[in-house]
Amino acid sequence: MAYSIKVNGESHSVDVDGDTPLLWVLRDMLELTGTKFGCGVAQCGACTIHLDGHAVRSCVTSIESAGSGAVTTIESIGSTPIGRRIQEAWLEKEVVQCGYCQSGQIMSAVALLSENPSPTDDDIDAVMSGNICRCGTYPRIRSAIKRAATASSKGR
Amino acid sequence: MSALRREDASVSRRTFITSGLCAAGGLLITPHMASPAHPASAAPFGAFLRVPRNGKIEVVIASAEMGQGAYMGLATLLAEELEVTMDQIVAVPAPADASHYAHPFLGDQITGGSVSIRGYWEPLRKAGAAARTMLIAAAAKEWGVVSTTCRAEAGIVIHDASRRRLSYGAVAEKAARLPVPQDIALKAPRDFRLIGKHARRIDAFAKVNGTARFGLDARPQGLKFAAITICPTFGGTLKSVEDSKALKVKGVRQIIKLSDAVAVVADHTGAARKGLAALTIVWDRGVNGALSTDDLEQAMIAAMDAEALVAHNTGDVGTAEAAHATAVNAIYRMPILAHTAMEPMNCTVHARKDRCDVWVGTQVADRARRAAAGLTGLPAKRVTINNHLLGGGFGRRLDHDGVVLAVRVAQQVDGPVQVVWSREEDIRHDSYRYLNMSRINIRLGSDMMPKSWRHRVVGPAIMARFLPAILFKNGIDLDIVDAAEGPYDVPNKRVEFVRHEGPVGMLTGNWRGVGATRNAPAVECGIDEAAHIAGVDPVEYRRRLLANSPRLRAVLDLAAARADWGRTLDPRRGRGVALLSAFGSFAAMVAQVHVGQSRKLTVERIVCAVDCGVVVNPDVVHQQIESGVIYGLSAALFGKITIRQGAVVESNFDDQPVVRMDECPLIESFIVESAETPGGVGELGTPGVAPAIMNAIFAATGTRLRSLPIDVSQPRRS
Repeated sequence: MAYSIKVNGESHSVDVDGDTPLLWVLRDMLELTGTKFGCGVAQCGACTIHLDGHAVRSCVTSIESAGSGAVTTIESIGSTPIGRRIQEAWLEKEVVQCGYCQSGQIMSAVALLSENPSPTDDDIDAVMSGNICRCGTYPRIRSAIKRAATASSKGR
Repeated sequence: MSALRREDASVSRRTFITSGLCAAGGLLITPHMASPAHPASAAPFGAFLRVPRNGKIEVVIASAEMGQGAYMGLATLLAEELEVTMDQIVAVPAPADASHYAHPFLGDQITGGSVSIRGYWEPLRKAGAAARTMLIAAAAKEWGVVSTTCRAEAGIVIHDASRRRLSYGAVAEKAARLPVPQDIALKAPRDFRLIGKHARRIDAFAKVNGTARFGLDARPQGLKFAAITICPTFGGTLKSVEDSKALKVKGVRQIIKLSDAVAVVADHTGAARKGLAALTIVWDRGVNGALSTDDLEQAMIAAMDAEALVAHNTGDVGTAEAAHATAVNAIYRMPILAHTAMEPMNCTVHARKDRCDVWVGTQVADRARRAAAGLTGLPAKRVTINNHLLGGGFGRRLDHDGVVLAVRVAQQVDGPVQVVWSREEDIRHDSYRYLNMSRINIRLGSDMMPKSWRHRVVGPAIMARFLPAILFKNGIDLDIVDAAEGPYDVPNKRVEFVRHEGPVGMLTGNWRGVGATRNAPAVECGIDEAAHIAGVDPVEYRRRLLANSPRLRAVLDLAAARADWGRTLDPRRGRGVALLSAFGSFAAMVAQVHVGQSRKLTVERIVCAVDCGVVVNPDVVHQQIESGVIYGLSAALFGKITIRQGAVVESNFDDQPVVRMDECPLIESFIVESAETPGGVGELGTPGVAPAIMNAIFAATGTRLRSLPIDVSQPRRS
């Protein structure tokens, strides 16, 4: 059946089975390819998006379960103040290498800072350990999150 | 492939530059280089630089960008001499065409072996310098002044005396008609504005906002999506498929049966995966149907005493062994490894009667093109490879088996199809780093220093199929024995190679750090064992054996100092050191570990000092060291592929874990300043990690580990 879904402020209608993961709706039907496929079983975090502001793994979140929730993806996260600060911190700390996992890393980091503006190392570990990076950008991700947190607190 | 260090030293290369007109008007610059594959005639190198009338200057990058910073590094070389800023240029991936874009050392269009910067260090700077000289000459001619009274800065030719200025674009077309200077003096390092300076990676912005395009992001018009499953046993074949349920899944269009795989084509990947799960497939498990890792390891142990080829021989090891009794005799065992790049294998193909278009991220673009041509029967020029960013390479994408499979699927599909491997397929059908075994025999003299060094390497000859012309000589894979002789001053050294291949049907290939990663544990733990017998501190022992390797000794001293070597640690903590001379670079690594009461291992800190010659982008060098260390750490702690009944047991990140942020140690990297020719860094951080940790565990516990992955739960006193 057709489902209506709100992504980055726009409404879309897609005709798929209700158990279709949002990941494929976003990537294959709406051509929002910034959200990545990594494992398919919520092990790696590459597919992280926000559903009503909370980080979820889109590879295991069905369109049916998303309901009328507002989906935010990497393509629009830069339009939020925290999203923009995270992206800037990512550039400043030279985080990216291959870049494939970074959409998911950034979405997780934005969710973290939204709920916890001044995370400790343990707080960062607790949230960010769900996101795998095979290029090994972890030390820089950690320092970029701290940089963005500092920028946030100054901005307030 | 770091064995290329020896190769490139023996090849005398010359760069010639030619020019041409852009289709839209403007200057094209083409360095031509003699390469080992084309020693007689200078191989044409294709356009590496396009200066259009308007807009950004295009730098064509022959190397694939897989995170290692090839776009940034190679563009920097050209921009330095061209006198443009990094934001005035755009990096463009080269098309698949080995006749124009073969790597100067490798003789084919290959990105691997940490040779991108090394291979293009001279030709790209010469190309930039030639273009700058011609652009200045064209402007000078326009103004009626002498070229030497003009200079270039940030893409503009300036005549200071008359304060006249012309942009490169404005004179590009005229410049293209001028003779190309050949003997251009390159900048002295003190004049570098970009090389060695901090700068933001040119590929970074697109990678933080979701616009970077990887192979999986190709979206040609009318695209369908295919989920695929390959026969789980190596070399097995398809017997039958019951597909009625799959065909009823909404969005499923077509079931494709290949001799060794089944694919479900659908409107989106979700439907394709659901359809695939609904199939009932019967496989013929084939000749490997009963195979297990134990069988493979036993076969390798048996091969240890087979007749060996001699890969390196200095002095007289036999006589020295007869004269000295004190010995280190140890066998080091390494597991099968998968690559698990973040982007699962995928390839998009539109196969038509008269042409074939491929969208993929590959380290071997032209091999992919030739393979697609072979399968379709089309001439290579009718096959287009659109090379994308790679979501990690690590050697996996040095093989083009994924392209072959996708073309076979696409030949049965009307329109373009994206073949997407699941993570499970990606792990179960990798181009594996195969088992490796090393036997090391070191004899110590009465002064307790090594008098003889014998290292027998047992493993596959990947280079026999991968780069036979350059790295397979007289039956010896020059890569797998690379760095097996160790960097130490030992008067008698012998490296022996026993070729032992994996089972037929199992693809085995290159893995980050290539041969050096196979040999570093035996070499660096072996020398540690010798130091222990000698009763000498491991750093001090190594120092005494590096009189002829000042660069290696310097990185050792730096790493030791920064890691507080010698400062007492709490009980259950230990430090271990490992050195590496490979890829034209030098590295020293000190690991600090804690082994808890319950024998839980924590890697707390890794300090790495490197000398990679002239540093092109310092941030990228630090990134690559961190990256190589963490990649090596994942393998050292967790990396192991198990085969049971002919199939790989591991399937995803739950049963083949990798290091996550909470397991990531403090990593500190330090660069020794150097004016030497650049060395490679993409793989430099990986080989030393495992031996440094194994040596640290010995320091902490007295347990000498000799197999990977590291398992401290079984105490074995040395």
